[in-house]
Parts: sequence; structure tokens; C-alpha cells
Amino acid sequence: MFMFILRRVFFALVLLLAVSFFTYMLFAMLPSDPAALTCGKNCKPDVIAANRIRLGYDKSLIEQYWLFLKGIFVGRDYGTGAAAFSCGAPSLGYSFGQHECVTTLITQTFPVTAYLSIGAFILWMLIGISSGAVAALNKGKWQDRAASIFTSIGVSLPTFYIGLLVLFSVVIWLRILPFPSYESPFVDFPTFLRTMILPWLVLAVLSAASYTRLTRNGMLEAMNEDFVRLGVAKGLTTKIILRRYVMRQALVPIVTIAGLDFAGLLGGAIITESVFSLPGMGKMSIRAVVESDLPVLVGTTMVAAVFIVVANVLVDIAYGYLDPRVRVK
Amino acid sequence: MSPDVVLSVRNLSVVFHTPDGDVVAVNDVSFDLRSGETLGIVGESGSGKSVTASSIMRLNNSNTASTTGSIIVSGVDVLTAEEDEVRRIRGSEVAMIFQDPLSALNPYYTVGKQIAEAYLVHHPKASKSEARLITLEMLKKVGIPNPDKRIDEFPHQFSGGMRQRIVIAIALINNPKILIADEPTTALDVTVQAQILDLMKELQTEFKMAIVLITHDLGVIAEAALDVLVMYGGRIVERSTVEALFSEPTHPYAWGLLGAVNSLGKSDRGALVTIAGSPPSLIALPTGCSFNPRCAYATEICTAEVPSLREVGSQESVSACHLPDDQILLLGRKAASL
Repeated sequence: MFMFILRRVFFALVLLLAVSFFTYMLFAMLPSDPAALTCGKNCKPDVIAANRIRLGYDKSLIEQYWLFLKGIFVGRDYGTGAAAFSCGAPSLGYSFGQHECVTTLITQTFPVTAYLSIGAFILWMLIGISSGAVAALNKGKWQDRAASIFTSIGVSLPTFYIGLLVLFSVVIWLRILPFPSYESPFVDFPTFLRTMILPWLVLAVLSAASYTRLTRNGMLEAMNEDFVRLGVAKGLTTKIILRRYVMRQALVPIVTIAGLDFAGLLGGAIITESVFSLPGMGKMSIRAVVESDLPVLVGTTMVAAVFIVVANVLVDIAYGYLDPRVRVK
Repeated sequence: MSPDVVLSVRNLSVVFHTPDGDVVAVNDVSFDLRSGETLGIVGESGSGKSVTASSIMRLNNSNTASTTGSIIVSGVDVLTAEEDEVRRIRGSEVAMIFQDPLSALNPYYTVGKQIAEAYLVHHPKASKSEARLITLEMLKKVGIPNPDKRIDEFPHQFSGGMRQRIVIAIALINNPKILIADEPTTALDVTVQAQILDLMKELQTEFKMAIVLITHDLGVIAEAALDVLVMYGGRIVERSTVEALFSEPTHPYAWGLLGAVNSLGKSDRGALVTIAGSPPSLIALPTGCSFNPRCAYATEICTAEVPSLREVGSQESVSACHLPDDQILLLGRKAASL
């Protein structure tokens, strides 16, 4: 087991290195001059030239990538003399759009994304698994049909549509909640809750749909298994059979997909954050795209990649615990 | 009901409601099982033998199947009893072994837990360590080597034969009066089949239980059973002792079965004897005797009237055939001696 984890972690690091290389190269090869983007429209050529040298855009691509990698481990200094500044390790570069180290920007925006993701994730697992279980236990009855309608709506309607619809009806039309304005939970908890409740719900309900289907089908499939019949023949109670026999089997694929979905969310729920104006990583990424703020894009892409890769390793390890048949000796 | 009868089935009928129409899987089946006895039920796929077996534990889905008649176990009618009462009977009075040991065990728990679980559910006051001791004891009895070590292993770490032993251990942990074995050896290698049958016989003596042995394999019946029910198209067509079945079968369908078996062992290069035609579709059973389209001796009455069971011959055999007794006996002996 230890060797298995070690091997997985090693390959994960190799993968991250590859991701960083391609991301950096891809963005660096865009047909815009990063140095020219460092100041506004009326930028003087000598300022551009100075910034080019200061931010290292005068060096070759490979050298730039090397400095970027090195910065992650030891931090990075920009310029010399009075205009010099530095981004401490782990440095993911310097945003000329926001005049701030990318790492600092990420540490500012990531908590918002994390709160959004964790809250929505807990809600959607609860909604998805319980509605799926209700549908499976009442197969063919109205509960099952209701769950199936819910699934179709959830899968087919996009977040921005439902998000704006909810925002319009609850905030503008019914005025149940104030217009969302994000506040840190440590500063003003009630405002935080009032802001987060809608994005949590929208994200949760839409994502829950596929879990409803997954749970329902997984449970129905498990109920047809011979070992469930043997469980009944043993005289076990329905509760034990559902928990140890049916749910146990249905949960294996759910855990796998949930791990990856959650990691994807941590990389920034771009649309949800934009609709509800939450200052998270997703919203920052969108702004960086609009402003061609390449260092920010490279940084957020890297962070998202780390979450996905880590989640993959964790899911693989969890899988061994969930299903003894794939456990490595 | 005489005192040594542990299971009494009367007029059992099971109808499955399918989108294509109602399917009568079991039709008016009655039999008694005496304590310590082994009753074999033979028939082809779709003859209703497995459905009969699962009805005894009320395992048929009540949403899709309606079951009528009565099944009396320890004075309780399983078909009408409360769910809690049926659950008490399942696993403690009546236990079951399934056909495929590869899929009958829960892959997510150790075999020890699955055996102990069956004990604990019927002995709520027992402690886990007590259940573990009893489980170990049972693993020894069913012939698992190194039970101390293997009790904590998962089903996928066992071979098919060993898994069937585990399933038997689960079935016997509560010392049931009746064991229903639904094709217990069908999915196993031939050498392992004999071992499992021997084990079942051995444990039957030790635990003093009655066995309902369901199989399509006449060899298994000859090996393990005392009395036999032959089923066809959801009905019992013959009931006799094993000896009588092999010496003086009383139903044309049984003649066919015997002929097919005998042709395997005897003829040098002769063709394999089969029963002409194919098993009937339960959704559109032939009128009269279900076997009539495949029967060489069928007459007009066979398509008009369902034959009722009647005693034929001197060996207390019961047959559902319209042929006169003397003809049945003559043809039966001929079929047996081929």
C-alpha cells in the first residue's frame, strides 16, 4: 500500500510539471506582447522596455519558464534598485494587471471559492444521495418520476440561467434576500450566510441532479445482486440490507466522481462566482482572461491542476478502501 | 399435519405480472417435507422449481408477483405472516443456498463478518466475540482450512467451491430445520460438486435438518435425494422416490429425462437422446397437459384436459398423465432399462 501511494504521488508530481510547462508555454505564445500590457493605452515605449526587463519578458521562453519554476520554490525578485520588489515563495508570478503577486491574489480569492465549494458540495451530496435513494426505493411511483424530472432539469439547465433566474426572483422580485455582497465569515457571519445561501443552493441543486441518477441506478442495480438476496434470506432487517449491502455498493462510483467534482470546483466555480459577484478564484480568472493578465491565468490554472491531481490520487487510495477487490497487497 | 412434517406447501401458485401479460410460474403445487428428509425438485429452466424455492422464504417481489396457497413452516403460514415474523423464520428456521457462490457473497465485507452477521441478527443478545467463536467453529465444520486466518479474508480471495462452503456456513449458523439448496452445485467444477454434496449430507446428519434440493441434474438427485418432485411448466408432473424414478418412472417427461441421461453412459456411438421440441413459454402454455406438444403418446384428451395427479404402480409414485396405468408402467420400465 505504501509503495502504491509513493508511486502515485511520484507520477502526480511528474504530471503537474508537465501541466505547468504546457500552461506556461501556451499562454506565453499568445500573440500579445506581455510587456505592452503592463501599462495602459498611453504607455510610453521606454516604460514598456523597462517593464520588459523588470518582469523578465526579455529572456527566452525556456529561461522564463525556468525562472517561473524556480520562483515557486525560492520566491522571485523583480527589477533592481529603488523600483525593485519581490514575491516570496511560493511565487506564481506577478500580475501586471492588478500590480500584485499572483500568490497573494490567490490567497485572497481562494477562501471565497473554498467556502462556496464546501457548502455547495455538502448540500449537493445530501440532496443527490437522498433523492436518489428515495427514487430507488419507490421505483416507478411518483417520487421516482419527480426525481427523474429534477434530474432532467438539473442536467439540462445551465448555471447562468438558473443562477440569474434565482437572483432575479429572490433578490429583485421577492426581496427575500439583499443583493449579494460578499463579506468574510470571520468579519460578518450573517452577511456571509445571506450572500452564500443562493450560490450554494444553485450550485448544489444543479450538481445534485447527476448524483440523484447515479444513486438511483446504483441502488437499483445493487438490489438485483445475488448477495442482496442472500442478505434477505439471512433474515437481515431492511435497514441493514440497505446500508451494508445496497448503499455500500452504490457508494463506490459516487465517491469516485464526487472527489473529482469537488476538486474541479475548488479550481474556481467561474459562472456561479460571476453571477453572484463572489470575489473568488473563478471570477479572478475571468477578469484575467479579459485583461490578458497571463501570470494570473497561469497561476489559477496551476492551482486548479494541483487540486485535480491530488483528488485523483486520493480517489485512487479511497477506492482501495471502498472496494476490497481492487485493494493492492 | 403429521408431527414430523416441517414444511407443508399447499396449492402454491405464483403469477408474475409482466408487461407482456401474466406468467404462471408455479401452478397448484403441493408437497410435504418431513424432518431429516431430502426432497429433490427436478425440471428444466422455467419449470418453476426455483420460484417454488424462493416462495418458501417469501423472496418473490410482491410488486411483480402474486403468490397464493399456503406454505406452513413451524405452524406459521409464510405467505400471510407479518414481515417481522417472516424475517424471524428466514435464516433461523429456513435457510437457503444459492446457485452462484461467486455472486452470493457481499464483496465488501469479510466472510467472517457475513457469517457472524447471520448469527447476530437472530441472537440479538450475543456479543461480537461470541459470534466470532461460533463463526470459527462453523468454518471448521464446512471444511475451510486455516479458519483463524481465513475468517478475516474477503470473498474474492476464495475459490468457487470454498465460497459455496462459506454460503453453507451462513445457512447453517442458526441450525435451521429446513435448508433450501437452489442448484447448489451447478456453478461448480464436477470434482467440487461431489465434495459439496458430501458436505451437505454430512451436515444434514449432524444438524438433523430437512433439505429441499433443487437441480436440473438427475445425477445430483440420485446422489443426494430420497424423494423427487418432477416439475414441468410450473406444475408437478411426477412425485416418487428416487429409486422409483430410476426404475419405474411414471411420466413421459421423466422418461425423456432418463433417456437423455442413460444415452450418455451407455450407447457406444449412438446419437444423444433428447426430448423433442423445447420447453414451453410460460406466457402461452399449451392447453391441457403442458407437455403434450413434446409427448410421443399424446392423444386428444391431452390437449383438452389438465391431468390430475394420481397414484400409479406399486411404489407409491404419483403421476399426472392421461395414459392408462398399465401402459405407463410398461413404458416407464422400458425407459428406465434403455
